[in-house]
Amino acid sequence: MTSHSPSLPSKAERNPAAFSFRAALVSTDHKVIGILYGVTALTFLLTGFLIMMLMRWQLAYPGRALPGASALFGSNSARMPGGVMVPEFYYQLGAMHGTIMVFLAIVPLLVGAFGTYLVPLQLGAPNTAFPRLTRLGYWSYLAGGVVWLSSFALPGGAAQSGWTSYPPLSIIAGHGQTFWLIGMILIIVSSIAGAINMIVTIIQLRVIGLTYMRLPFFVWSQLVTAFLLLLAFPPLGAAGILQLMDRVVDTSFFLPSGLVVSGAALTANVGGQTIPRGGGSALLWQHLFWFLAHPEVYVLVLPAMGMVAEILANNARKPLWGYKSMVYGTIFLGVMSMLVWAHHMFLTGMGTVITAFFQATTMIVSIPSIIVLTALLASLWGGAIRFNTPMLFALAFLPMFGIGGLTGLPLGLAVTDIHLHDTYYVIDHFHYIVVCGTLSAIFGGIYYWFPKVTGRAMNERLGRIHFWSSLVLLNCIFMPMFIQGMAGVSRRLYDGGLSYAHAQPVLKLNVFITHAAFALALAQIPFIVNLLWSLRRGPRVEANPWQATTLEWAAASPPLAQGNFETPPVAHRGPCEYSVPGKDKDYTPQWEQ
Amino acid sequence: MIHMPGLPFLASKDGATIDFSLLLIHLLMLAMLLAWGAVFVIILARFRRSRHPKAEYAGIKTRLAGWAEAGVVVAEAAMLVGISIPFWATRVNAVPGADQQPVEVRVVAQQYVWNVHYPGPDGKFGRTNALLVDDKAGNPVGLDRNDPAAKDDVIAVNQLHLPVNRPVIVHLTSKDVIHSFALPELRVKRDAIPGMTVDVPFTPTVTTAQFRNELKAEATRSYSEKPGGLADQLAAIDKRDYEIACAQMCGLAHYRMRGTLVVQTQDEFQKWLKEQSLRSSVVEETW
Repeated sequence: MTSHSPSLPSKAERNPAAFSFRAALVSTDHKVIGILYGVTALTFLLTGFLIMMLMRWQLAYPGRALPGASALFGSNSARMPGGVMVPEFYYQLGAMHGTIMVFLAIVPLLVGAFGTYLVPLQLGAPNTAFPRLTRLGYWSYLAGGVVWLSSFALPGGAAQSGWTSYPPLSIIAGHGQTFWLIGMILIIVSSIAGAINMIVTIIQLRVIGLTYMRLPFFVWSQLVTAFLLLLAFPPLGAAGILQLMDRVVDTSFFLPSGLVVSGAALTANVGGQTIPRGGGSALLWQHLFWFLAHPEVYVLVLPAMGMVAEILANNARKPLWGYKSMVYGTIFLGVMSMLVWAHHMFLTGMGTVITAFFQATTMIVSIPSIIVLTALLASLWGGAIRFNTPMLFALAFLPMFGIGGLTGLPLGLAVTDIHLHDTYYVIDHFHYIVVCGTLSAIFGGIYYWFPKVTGRAMNERLGRIHFWSSLVLLNCIFMPMFIQGMAGVSRRLYDGGLSYAHAQPVLKLNVFITHAAFALALAQIPFIVNLLWSLRRGPRVEANPWQATTLEWAAASPPLAQGNFETPPVAHRGPCEYSVPGKDKDYTPQWEQ
Repeated sequence: MIHMPGLPFLASKDGATIDFSLLLIHLLMLAMLLAWGAVFVIILARFRRSRHPKAEYAGIKTRLAGWAEAGVVVAEAAMLVGISIPFWATRVNAVPGADQQPVEVRVVAQQYVWNVHYPGPDGKFGRTNALLVDDKAGNPVGLDRNDPAAKDDVIAVNQLHLPVNRPVIVHLTSKDVIHSFALPELRVKRDAIPGMTVDVPFTPTVTTAQFRNELKAEATRSYSEKPGGLADQLAAIDKRDYEIACAQMCGLAHYRMRGTLVVQTQDEFQKWLKEQSLRSSVVEETW
């Protein structure tokens, strides 16, 4: 159990303005670490976005100098000589965009920030089960991020073999890849520490009365997510160490025999003797990688669904429709997500039986997703829907995730995957899920829980501007990519397809997409201004400004620095008892007698 | 007959099944999105707070959701069992037998070219050995010239010639990293993986000459709508070939790892192969 005694907090501890950087460095409080995760991950999110904008310029105007590039990189930079990006730099940016967005931005926001901050509060607990493990998780994550970002400064630059790091390419690549692997191992340590902590916290630290079927759906989504992380990351950890061995001590786990690279046989120097390398398998990495990376996709989605469920129920003023079916659906989704990984590998020479198995599991995994989405939609029926900023983002999640999910069908069916595999259609499919879907949910979550974290509300008007402009621009960016993918344009092309005749009819779309992406950057300014301004000047709010029902709203805004609650709450009912007949107010919190 | 919009020109036998499947699955997706979207919009309009100020505690009682889910399950199962699995079993994973007289060719990918190895008139591939690989001496696949079967073998770089309407088997592999052999117009795509050889069967149905004529007819038809010289467009089409694209990132010049596919009549193909075999040297195409 935790060592946190319910001693009376000092005034400085209750005042968020007294948030001290020095205290945060050593803190084991889940709220402080949640905020650290949030701030760090938002910074990485912005970094990943800026990286993508550099790439988008090159895709729209291949070979044309980027205005202001010489100011940014120096006029004779090796990365952008004369302001024109070289392929080396493009592929570094490509690999690091994906890596940063998945491992440093989205998952840390969902699990590190929202999970660490909210789950103990929603359980009525004073902290996580293992506070020092929480701290280890954050610092290991930050170390991994620093290793990755610093690799840009290496001679030869950062990793450039894609976020998937397929060998043999990744093994013959420069030093950036070694840094990538070391950073990944640190991230894996962080994720496993966080996952164990989350599981134990949820199982052990529920307050009196908070049975499993009274848990907020968000907590369920975090529990399933934690199991996915715990089960899926160790194989990637093993794979990462094997690849590291292949790179630094010349083993050949992922190198088959007979490799001839740039006209010379690949050899190793063993005890002064030159021997050919080989005997390994290039495909082994893909299996180990996707065994993590497909469950990882659900890690990128489930907590977002959890947040959306909380926000929808609150603003529709209705209980969730089919709460139990959502919970069981999510558990089923988690289990099935461990059995679909090889659908990323249909074109590696797979036979009929194996493709049949992975196609079937992929179709099956779509069913619980549809069940959860349908339940969320049905929860709105009969509601009294208020359209505030968090609700707008949560509502947008539904159709955006829907489009992302539906476009997974032709990729999950092997016959149609033949044409669409490795094209822009794939990029588009997962960006609809992770950006249009999950990121919308994250924004909704920030607007929704900001008052709890800071004791102040965010500005509604700026929030609406942020919402509508982002929604329109995201679709301007991603809709045209379906057209490019259908035309057969491959992903990861430095010139955006300029070299290929079959890409010519859809090349012009690159310019449109890039302009929309730059406009999307501008559309984030209202959000950043809103966040910073509201932190200092937002109107003060009381403990439960949204008139919500789950236990985090029983705590003060912000919650007590020590132990969260004045007195530990007791859960008397389910998580979203809104508009209960016979009650005079339209919400009945879990903690009320 | 409606086609899936936005697809490239179709020039292979089995590609028709892929295109039809793409159409079917997208119709299913569209139907789901429209139905779901309509309900979504109706709910947002009908249950907004200003119109419906008091929420109901009880959830909607409907079998509709269950039926819709069952419908989706049935549609997905039908696509899976009716098309996708049989297609894989009978087309993708089934190599045509000798009775169908397939054209066999090895394609050996490397950073950043497609090496094409024909068995020559004897129909037998010569032995290859990684230690004999010498790009500069014109032996990119490591062909052992001492092997009698290798005498008439043909090596071409970045150009693949195939006869029309005859089954083809590409024995696909790679020398260095993973590539992906994609023929967008033929709806063919398969990874080229070092250490393993994958057989890729397909049947081209439209010669390059016919393909260009079709493009020209299309350009002429749509000319009135587009400004710009028709003559220029037609001249550009004369240089248009089927493309071999690399679909898997393979390094810095991945974006221009482009080869061409020339589909010819049987006579033209035989003539080309004979010429190459006599020369028995590398056909270099610059790009």
